[in-house]
Amino acid sequence: MRPTNTRNPDYFHKVVDCQWACPAHTPVPAYIRLIAQGRYSDAYMLNRDSNVFPGILGRVCDRPCEPACRRGRLEEEPVAICRLKRVAADHRGDITDSLPKKPAKTNGKRIALIGAGPASFTVANDLAPLGYECTIFEKLSEPGGLMRSNIPAFRLPEQVLSEELGYILDMGVELKLGHSVDSMDALLEEGWDAVFVGTGAPRGKDLNLPGRWDTKDEDNKDSENIHIGIDWLESVAFEHTKKIGKNVLIIGVGNTAMDCCRTSLRLGAKNVKVMARKPREFFKASVWELEDAEEENIEIIVNHSPKSFVIKDGKLTGMVFELLEYEIDAGGKIISQKVTGETTIPCDDVILAIGQDNAFPWIEETSGIKLDKWQVPEVDEATFESTRKGVFFGGDAAFGPKNIIWAVEHGHQAAISIHKHCQGKMLTGRLPNEVEMAPTKMGMFEWRYSNSYDDAARRKMTHVELTKRFADLDVEVELGFTAEQIATEVERCLNCDIQTVFEASLCEECDACIDICPVECLAMTPDAEDEDQLRASLSASENIEGQALYVSDALPLTGRVMIKDEDVCLHCGLCAERCPTAAWDMKESLIQIHYADEQDGGQKRGLGT
Amino acid sequence: MTSFVKPFIRRKNEPTNALGLVRADYDGAMSTLCAGCGHDAVTATMARAFFELSIEPHKAVKVSGIGCSSKTTAYFLRDSHGINTVHGRMPSVATGAIAANHELAYIGVSGDGDSLSIGLGQFVHAMRRNVNMLYVLENNGVYGLTKGQFSAAADIGSTAKKGAVNELPPIDPVSLALSVGATFVARGFSGDRDQLLPLIKAGLKHKGFGLIDVISPCVSFNDHKGSTKSYAHTYKYYNPAIHADYVPPSEQIKADYAAGEVMPVKLHDGGEIRLRKLENGYDPRDRAAAIGKLFESGQSQEIITGLLYINENDKDMHEMARMEDRPLNQIPYDELNPGAAKLKELQKGFR
Ligand SMILES: Cc1cc2nc3c(=O)[nH]c(=O)nc-3n(C[C@H](O)[C@H](O)[C@H](O)COP(=O)(O)OP(=O)(O)OC[C@H]3O[C@@H](n4cnc5c(N)ncnc54)[C@H](O)[C@@H]3O)c2cc1C
Ligand SMILES: Cc1ncc(C[n+]2csc(CCOP(=O)(O)OP(=O)(O)O)c2C)c(N)n1
Ligand code: SF4
Ligand code: SF4
Ligand code: SF4
Ligand SMILES: [Mg+2]
Repeated sequence: MRPTNTRNPDYFHKVVDCQWACPAHTPVPAYIRLIAQGRYSDAYMLNRDSNVFPGILGRVCDRPCEPACRRGRLEEEPVAICRLKRVAADHRGDITDSLPKKPAKTNGKRIALIGAGPASFTVANDLAPLGYECTIFEKLSEPGGLMRSNIPAFRLPEQVLSEELGYILDMGVELKLGHSVDSMDALLEEGWDAVFVGTGAPRGKDLNLPGRWDTKDEDNKDSENIHIGIDWLESVAFEHTKKIGKNVLIIGVGNTAMDCCRTSLRLGAKNVKVMARKPREFFKASVWELEDAEEENIEIIVNHSPKSFVIKDGKLTGMVFELLEYEIDAGGKIISQKVTGETTIPCDDVILAIGQDNAFPWIEETSGIKLDKWQVPEVDEATFESTRKGVFFGGDAAFGPKNIIWAVEHGHQAAISIHKHCQGKMLTGRLPNEVEMAPTKMGMFEWRYSNSYDDAARRKMTHVELTKRFADLDVEVELGFTAEQIATEVERCLNCDIQTVFEASLCEECDACIDICPVECLAMTPDAEDEDQLRASLSASENIEGQALYVSDALPLTGRVMIKDEDVCLHCGLCAERCPTAAWDMKESLIQIHYADEQDGGQKRGLGT
Repeated sequence: MTSFVKPFIRRKNEPTNALGLVRADYDGAMSTLCAGCGHDAVTATMARAFFELSIEPHKAVKVSGIGCSSKTTAYFLRDSHGINTVHGRMPSVATGAIAANHELAYIGVSGDGDSLSIGLGQFVHAMRRNVNMLYVLENNGVYGLTKGQFSAAADIGSTAKKGAVNELPPIDPVSLALSVGATFVARGFSGDRDQLLPLIKAGLKHKGFGLIDVISPCVSFNDHKGSTKSYAHTYKYYNPAIHADYVPPSEQIKADYAAGEVMPVKLHDGGEIRLRKLENGYDPRDRAAAIGKLFESGQSQEIITGLLYINENDKDMHEMARMEDRPLNQIPYDELNPGAAKLKELQKGFR
């Protein structure tokens, strides 16, 4: 086989499972090391470069990094990456001096950003310091998008949100609140140099079942006891809704449902049931959100499919459900379902939390922006440009509902495009990622990182006691990590960015590295045509996660090759410690991902930690 | 010397053997040998062999003498029995232990110094008695532990690290074993585990004395230019001639092979050893042929390796000496020690 080209920036990047899985490619192990050293402000700033909102994301990120984390392949639980991000935010000092500044002079280019969610804020964060005049239009009275209107304060305190949005507004970004953009054509006529649409996916799905429209209250208007989840959460957030009935049913079992049920408890509900159509293994909600809800005694009922609303005298009194039974195959797929009965569950309120759609009633066909029949715009996946030049989309508005960290990444990419567009450059001529390797050896058996394996289990976040948490809507449930928890959790990270680097010409084929490796991921073997043949000589190869197999150049003595299964390597450095000739070395891979300011001759940021 | 330990890490989805143990359950303490030492590779291969054979660690006994090689019994099978004897005396201690309990798996680890100088007499007599053990001689051509003096295995013309040339003829443990009655005689190389691992497995399953002379370079004192036991020299003249696979009784039906390519040898436990890569007509059951082959290859610098001789027919010490079959620790005390009166009676018979 061809020897592995480790100079390809993606090669080592992929080995850092968390960073690879993070949509914004946050350099996780590097910031965890900074936390271990007590350098919280540096850890915060390193985070901020890629994910912009460490305090917010340290609480509510969807954390795709955690299921990907290498530690989770070794034992049950991954590193508490998200919690450690919050540690950096909680313990940072005053970092205002390190933030990008409002420039002395603007460059005269005017950018309109529609919607004050994380996507628009990221674009502003990247462009304002370069001199762009950014104006954000928001129809609500507060900025933040769904982070303000939907994510409840008991998960994300308002002050955390405001502070991080404030950093960006302080770069000279103009915010127009209570300003709904109702016509794209009209906006385009105002002559903006570029327009960014970050309006999210604002339409909550309804459930058109018998009885849905039969409720009436005294003045014969539609009753307020059947709610659309995201609208209801918004109305709670802005204090229009302050109470709810005793018995509440939540329809759907995604993350919105989890926020709805927990919010209901805080508005006085006593008995909240989350109604799921399918068995637990098919739930959309994150495991931790389910756990947090169940800790609050929310009942989750499976295999119940809503059939109709029960209305008596114009008032909602319950819901009828069909009882379902599923046949599931060995691979965990549903192959058939059948109805085995029916049941009526009484309730005072129903909250529908079954998904969101895009909606752009304010974008006219004449604008040249193409939407498909589901109202999803046609957007380039790399440049985020729509079918109209100079109009860009990002966040939930671009490809449907995702999450905050994706909105941030879209924002970074759109900012690069807008910067290029305004200078008349090709949008596709973006700086490619690069990788730099930095030595970590400090002496005999001494490295610049904590390489010894620590078998501690994941630390558990402490929560406010159940008796205290429902008093107010904004009592933050999670208390943050204690000093002991921080000290233990940082050591659980395996430092996957400290890479094993091999120099074939130095190897004398003594096998010492192979024997010392505690997870048996190395082997020397005659070269073969394909990877499977080579893998056969690894005693513990699994490759369930699709990690690469490293193949060295031919070894000098026998012409065999050294191979390494990147999937199970612990980055413990024992191979490098054991090698008599230093053929193995441990080097830190710095993945350089470039932002708008670095493009087209801008100063590159570098990533030295 | 090292200042770190190899952590014992149990991963999820780790392969286990028939006993439910993982490979690392067969490891021992962290090796204190020089990084790159051939002995460490042999240690790791022995651990893997016990793992793959699913031998319960407490049913294995490790015995050794003195030397870097002899130290290695500490570095595998941490839950087994073991004894480091005095220099060169491992064979007698092993013989005694086997007489007391022949139901355990015995592995002796020694060096060329330990076996071919001070321990030569003991070594030869254990082979002569066909003691049922696997004897792994880790051969680096020097006394590693005492800093690199030539051993009796050093070849004529091989140089020491500082330039001295050896002029004495070497003792070849393999020829010696063939001439005194060992019933499983092999040579291996620490750098070729594909060959060594099945050899160790086969040797452990063979009934009678098994010798594997393993070329195992000493990185600190005998890995220089001019040495005939260096990695470079061994790789250069290495000839993996006869490959032996051990096939346990349970797996026999599965594998089939074309006649002529493979020569099966039935073992006492019902399993068999399958010999591959045989050169035209060579039969490792023929002792004269083995001696001839060895002599022939000795004319060139070639290092012939593999299972050179096997004999499953000779009685082992236990059988030959008509020893008690039950391990001594399972015999009731009264029977084991019938008392002074019985002793007197016995002594009478010798008067
Ligand atoms: C209940 C709920 C809980 C969630 N929890 C999490 C979580 O824990 N973690 C996570 O990562 N993600 C979560 N999400 C998803 C996340 O909030 C969104 O993916 C993210 O906020 C999308 O960001 P955005 O910038 O694209 O748009 P949004 O945050 O949706 O912001 C869009 C903004 O545009 C405004 N707007 C819309 N139309 C116009 C217009 N015509 N003119 C002016 N302004 C307009 C809206 O008022 C809104 O403020 C949750 C979503 C919901 C519904
Ligand atoms: C009775 C006695 N004589 C001499 C020694 C010194 N001594 C220790 S190890 C050794 C030779 C070891 O050589 P070898 O068996 O080849 O082991 P290696 O270290 O090369 O693996 C000698 C002579 C001793 N320990 N005891
Ligand atoms: S162990 Fe650390 S570096 Fe590796 S994937 Fe997990 S968090 Fe990332
Ligand atoms: S760093 Fe080296 S010794 Fe440690 S797990 Fe990876 S390959 Fe094995
Ligand atoms: S320890 Fe070093 S010299 Fe020995 S096989 Fe490994 S890489 Fe090669
Ligand atoms: Mg020796």
